[in-house]
Formats: sequence, structure tokens, C-alpha cells
Amino acid sequence: MASSTMAGAHDHPRGLRRFLFSTNHKDIGTLYIILGSVGGVIGFLLSLGMRLELAYPGVQIFPGLAEALQGADPSMALDAGKNLYNVFITVHGVLMIFFMAMPILIGGFGNWFVPIMIGAPDMAFPRLNNISFWLLFASLVLAVISMFVEGAPGMKGFGGGWTFYPPLSSNTGSPGPAMDFVILALHLAGASSILGAINFITTIFNMRAPGMTLHKMPLFVWSMLVTAFLLLLVLPVLAGCVTMLLTDRNFGTMFYDPAGGGDPLLFQHLLWFFGHPEVYIVILPGFGIISQIVSTFSKKPVFGYLGMAYAMVSIGVLGSIVWAHHMYTVGLSLNAQRYFTLATMVIAVPTGIKIFSWIATMWGGSISFRAPMVWAIGFIFVFTMGGITGVVLANASADKQFHEGYYVVAHFHYTLSLGAVFALYAGFYYWFPKMTGYMYSETLAKANFWLLFIGVNVVFFPQHFLGLGGMPRRYIDYPDAYALWNLVSSSGMIFVTLSLVVWFYAIIEAFMKKRLAGANPWGVGATTLEWTLSSPPPFHQFQVLPRITGASR
Amino acid sequence: MFNVNRQMLTRGALAAAVAISATLFAGFALAQVEGQPTPGGLGLPNMVTPVGLGTQQFYNMVLMPIISFIALFVLGLLVYVSYRFNEQKNPIPSKLTHNTPLEIVWTLIPVLILLFISVPSLRLLAEQVEVPEASVTIKVTGNQWYWSYKYPEDQGGGFGFDQMMKPESELQPGDLRLLSVDNEAVVPVNEVIAVHITSNDVIHAFGVPSFGVRMDAIPGRLNQTWFKIEKEGVYYGQCFFICGKDHAYMPIVIRAVSREKYNEWLAEAKQKFASADSRVRVAAESH
Repeated sequence: MASSTMAGAHDHPRGLRRFLFSTNHKDIGTLYIILGSVGGVIGFLLSLGMRLELAYPGVQIFPGLAEALQGADPSMALDAGKNLYNVFITVHGVLMIFFMAMPILIGGFGNWFVPIMIGAPDMAFPRLNNISFWLLFASLVLAVISMFVEGAPGMKGFGGGWTFYPPLSSNTGSPGPAMDFVILALHLAGASSILGAINFITTIFNMRAPGMTLHKMPLFVWSMLVTAFLLLLVLPVLAGCVTMLLTDRNFGTMFYDPAGGGDPLLFQHLLWFFGHPEVYIVILPGFGIISQIVSTFSKKPVFGYLGMAYAMVSIGVLGSIVWAHHMYTVGLSLNAQRYFTLATMVIAVPTGIKIFSWIATMWGGSISFRAPMVWAIGFIFVFTMGGITGVVLANASADKQFHEGYYVVAHFHYTLSLGAVFALYAGFYYWFPKMTGYMYSETLAKANFWLLFIGVNVVFFPQHFLGLGGMPRRYIDYPDAYALWNLVSSSGMIFVTLSLVVWFYAIIEAFMKKRLAGANPWGVGATTLEWTLSSPPPFHQFQVLPRITGASR
Repeated sequence: MFNVNRQMLTRGALAAAVAISATLFAGFALAQVEGQPTPGGLGLPNMVTPVGLGTQQFYNMVLMPIISFIALFVLGLLVYVSYRFNEQKNPIPSKLTHNTPLEIVWTLIPVLILLFISVPSLRLLAEQVEVPEASVTIKVTGNQWYWSYKYPEDQGGGFGFDQMMKPESELQPGDLRLLSVDNEAVVPVNEVIAVHITSNDVIHAFGVPSFGVRMDAIPGRLNQTWFKIEKEGVYYGQCFFICGKDHAYMPIVIRAVSREKYNEWLAEAKQKFASADSRVRVAAESH
């Protein structure tokens, strides 16, 4: 970025001022990607701990970890270890969703490329953008601190799963301040995302270049628009939900306490009214990225552009009215279960449209298998795998066999750990030359793909068998019959770990070799506006707004 | 000489193969004990209740074939497209971006598939949720970290007991680590058992895989589910909702016996747990 040409009256700050006080959408995007990578690595290390523990029946490593990480007394180490395992699953979930997937996909790629793709010089509210980022940073700090303060009596950290159901998260289950740290972390992350969503919506509605109508916007921008609306609608519900938990814990209210006329199920309804749209918040930007990449490397416009855009809108709308399919076993009435079964299954239709349209985009194309395209094809397959088990779980009747078991774990990791993460890597390699100006090594990027593809499939495919066999999730130890598939699952982590090493090496290698990427490394297929700018783009782009005349994609 | 050796080798290899596969099969058959998880199992456990059998049929006959077909279909399309339309084979991309009939087809066919799934799904759902007239009702309460059972007085019960996991040091031969308990809950076979479920502290979930039953235990609410076990035996379940550090250590054991044996057990249990119950009460009063 040092090569960027400075023009006009705008300042071009350097060093600490540039990044700490940044109001530049590209710098803030970079900060988000770095924060997301840090969150992702911590989240990965937590999952590595879990898989190491689960490799064999019995409790092996967590008592030692509790002594080392939390300073647990050796006489209490076994209990502290069991608690720490639950803390790990909780923080793993929180980090991967709020501090890995969302920051990189929305804050990172969204900030970087939404303004550029619509021909805008920057986001609508640059200072709001800055505070969005630093709120998230503060939130990450609070979330990590929560692991080291008291939660359950005599234990450190909150270990109740990322869904924080009371009474386990209220004073009954965790009277210590760990849960308060988590609540405040959620407040800050929520505020950060709401501000970011306002910024995206305003930018997309008001700052499109002349000729860039809504129906000409690239699908990535469409995906960010739907995501921003979902964030704006559901995050206030989460904020209210956890605020009531905060007052229950500290100020004697009884929203979720049956002893005072409250109901723990109120929390679950509110949490999932946020939580289900949240999974689409994580995956929709991925849909957008995959659409751009498949079109670029097939050298064809996206097949069924309007259908693709409105499929995302309908996924957003439908995704907001199916929340109780996470609650089939709480004792919902028969009619409620019927409704949520049917409504949930309907989501398969727009999702199917997306998958078939991606394949139809490739059909008749002239596909070049560069690394981003390989990641994108991998995404389509693993996301289909996660989608079809989603159809199984949509049925309240079948869900009674799988609820809170490993089938569910396999399902949502296929959509998120494989789906969202593959989209994220696809986007990373797709835009890496644009963001840095340097070309990555094709060999390393593909090695990264194959290692992760093999790794996550070995980790998560056998978990379907565990779930069918009846293994509950969030267990530090399991009956010996589940040993075989747990060992297979854990062994996949070897490949996953290697893939991360290769990823880091690929980044370092690209910066050391300094192969210049040029404005458009992808050729004729890359038709969105970012490829008309230099790589990396100038500090302030589009001093003169571009005029869009051609066909949309 | 050489010939004989080869023959012997072949025969030996054959015998070994037969022996290995026989042991594998025997091991598989032996390992498939009803009511407990199968080592290395690939599918649903053997079901012993009408709801469980319905679930098994629904998953194995409807869901599994459909989702496998869709996965293979998408995989096949991806492989074909990658092979047929790569830049070496197809250097000039087509300009095709719309095909309305095709788009209508790939919207309608999934709708039809979903409708096809929803019929057996909703039928099974009603069977699960609507509790038939029950001859035995038991109340199950989740605690951190054990289950308590109560058998009502008007059905010959009038006692309650706690069900705790047997620690590893107390396991007898035939017991299962993490699954065996001190007091099994006994119910009669071939009768409808209604289960009322609640919790004393945090949320737990009562789940027995071979019954097709999973129901949350929530403080302040009384949930209801049911099962009719069609085969005598011992059935194991576990807690299916995270409830704190010992979430993995509160198994469920249900033993299904004939009506006569059940009546005998009721009489015995009444004696055994009446005293235990009073001991608990005394202990509570002395606080």
C-alpha cells in the first residue's frame, strides 16, 4: 500500500495513527482480517485440545491443562479439567462465530470490497467503521478473560455452550463473574455488528456509482446487503436477551427463573430468534464470494443472477422464522413442531437454487482451476453435504433421534467449519493479490486446500456415525463403543493442523517473493470493479466515480 | 513340491480370509447388543419401541436414500462439469445465463421431494408427541449430576430413588463404563409408559437412543413423553443437554421385564427405597 498515489486533500496517515485511528475502509478491513485470523487460531487451538482429549476414552489431558492454564489445584484437577473442557467448547463456539467467521467475512471482505464493487470511495460512515472494529477488539479481550475468572462454584470460565442457556448461565449454574464477562463481550460484539450493519446498508443504498442499479450489483454486495439487514434485525434481540440474563444475575430480576414466574424457555426463544439468522449471517457472505469466484473462473456471468439474488433474500427471510427447530425437544406443542418442520424444510428450496445455479454457471464455461476456484468447488460439495443433513434435522420427528448429538455436530460443522471456512479461504486467495499486490504460490494454496479438505472430512464425516449411534455432544468422555470413530475423527486434526501451517507459510512466502500480481491476475472472467484498480488499490479510490453501463453479473 | 507349496499357501490364505471375516462378522454380531451403543457402529441402534422403529424406518428408508442420492448427484455434476468444461477442453465459454424452464424445474423438484418427506415425517411426529393412554407413569427429575425416578402410589409404587453412575472402581464384569448405574429403573414390557420429566437445577435432557426418545428436563416445566418397549432387556441412555462439569457422567438405565417380574420388583423396591427415602428426609430435617 506504500505504492498508493495520494491525491486530493485527504491525509495519508502512517504507522500507529494509520491503523489505530483508521477511517479507511481498506485498512479497517485488513484489521478485521488480522483480528479474525487471531480469533480463528485461538479457536482452532481450543478444538485441537478437544479432539486430543476425545481421541481415546477416558479423561487424559484436561486436568493437566487446567493446572497449566488456570492454575487449578492438583487435588481438584480432575473436576477443573472437566469444567475446562466445557469452557473450551463454549469459547471455541463463540470465537469461531463472532471472532473468526464474522470479522473476516463481513468486517474484512465486506469492508474491503463492498465500496469498491459498487464504485464508492469509502464506506458511508468511516468513523463508525473505526469504532465497530475497536468494539470488537475489546469484545474479544473480554471473551478471552472470561476463561480465567470464576464461573461455576470453585471453577474458572463459563462452560455451558455458546448458547448460554440459563439456569446453567444464571446464578444457579455459574454464579461467578465469568458469565458476566461473556455477556458484556456479546454486548460489545453486538454493538459493533449493528454499527457495521448500519454502515453497510447506508453505503449500499446511497453510494453506488452512477449506473450501478441494485440489479447490477455484484452478488457479493447483495449477500452483504441481506446479511446487514439480518444483523440489524436480530442483534438487538440478542442484546435484549443477554441483558435480561445480566439483570437476572446481578439485579434480582426473574425473567428466566421459574421460581419468580420466569421461564428458561423465553431465553431459548430469544437466543434462537437471533441464533438461527446468525448462521445465515455467517454463510450468506460465503454465498456471495462463491458466486463471484465461480463466475470469474468459468469466464461466464453468473447463471440466473436475479434468482441468485432473491434466493439470498428469501433465505434471509425464511431463516428468520424457523428458530424453534433448535428446540424440538423442549416440549413444543405438536402444531408448533409441525410448523417449524415445514418452514425449515422450505429453506432447502432457495439453497438448492443456489447450488444448481453455481453448477449451471460452470456448465458451458471455460473453467481454469486456480486455487480460489478449487476452494469454491470444494465449498459447493461440502456445503451440499451439510445441507442435506440439515434436511434430515429439519424434521422434528427425526431430530428426536439426533438432537444434541454428534449428528448435529457433524451437520453444522459441514455448513460452517467446512462451508463458511472454505468460502473464506476461497475469498482470501481470490482477493489476496488485490489486497496485497502480491501473487500467492499456486502450489501452496492448493496444498492448503487438499490438506484442509481431507482433514475436515476425516474429522467430521465419522461424527455422523457417532451421532447415529447415539453419542451426545459436549461430552469429555464417552462409552467405549464410540472409541473407533472418535479416534478416526481426532486423527483428521493432523491434516487440519498441517493445512494451517501451509496457510501461514503461503502468506509469508508471498510477501517474501513479492511476485507482482498486476491489476487483474484472473483475466477476462474478472469483471467486477475491484479488478479495474491497481493492486493494491490506491489509498483513496474512485476520485472520479466510475460510470457503469455494461450488463450486470 | 513347488506345486504343493503353492496349493498350501492358497489354502492357508483362504482359510485365513474366512477366519478373519468370520471373526469380524461374529464380532459385529456379538457387539450388536440391543440397548447399548455398538462398537464402531455405522447406523442407528436396534430400536425396541414403535416410535423408535418408526424413526428407524423413516431415516433408513426415506431420508438416507434421498440425501445420499442428492449428495452423489451434486458430486457427479461437479465432477462432470470440471471434466467437460475445463479450459483445455472448452476454451470458448458459452454466454448462457438464463434458462427459465430449467430454473422452474430445479425449484419444483425439491419442493416435491420435500412434500414426499413431510408425509411420513409428520405422521411420526404426531405419534411421538401424542401420548397414548398409559398403564405406568414415572416421573424423572434431572439433577446435577444424576437422575431421580418416582413411581406413583396409585400404580403400586409410592417410592422414589436416585440413579447414579457406577464409578469405574465399582464396575462388575458385564457392566459398561459410563453407562451402568447403581439403581436401574424397571418398567413392564409391552405396556405404554408415560414419562414426566423435569429438573431440579439446570436443564438436562433424558435420552435413550434405542427408544427414539429425547426430551429436555427443564426447571419449572413438566414435559411428557412415552415409550412402549417391545422386548425385554436393559436399555442405556445418557444426558443430552450440557449441564455442567459432570454432564458426561449421568447415564440412564431402564430395564424392561415382564408384568409379573415388574410387580415383584415394585414390592421389593417399595421396601428398599422407602427406607432410603426416609433416610433422606431425616438428613434433610437435620440441616
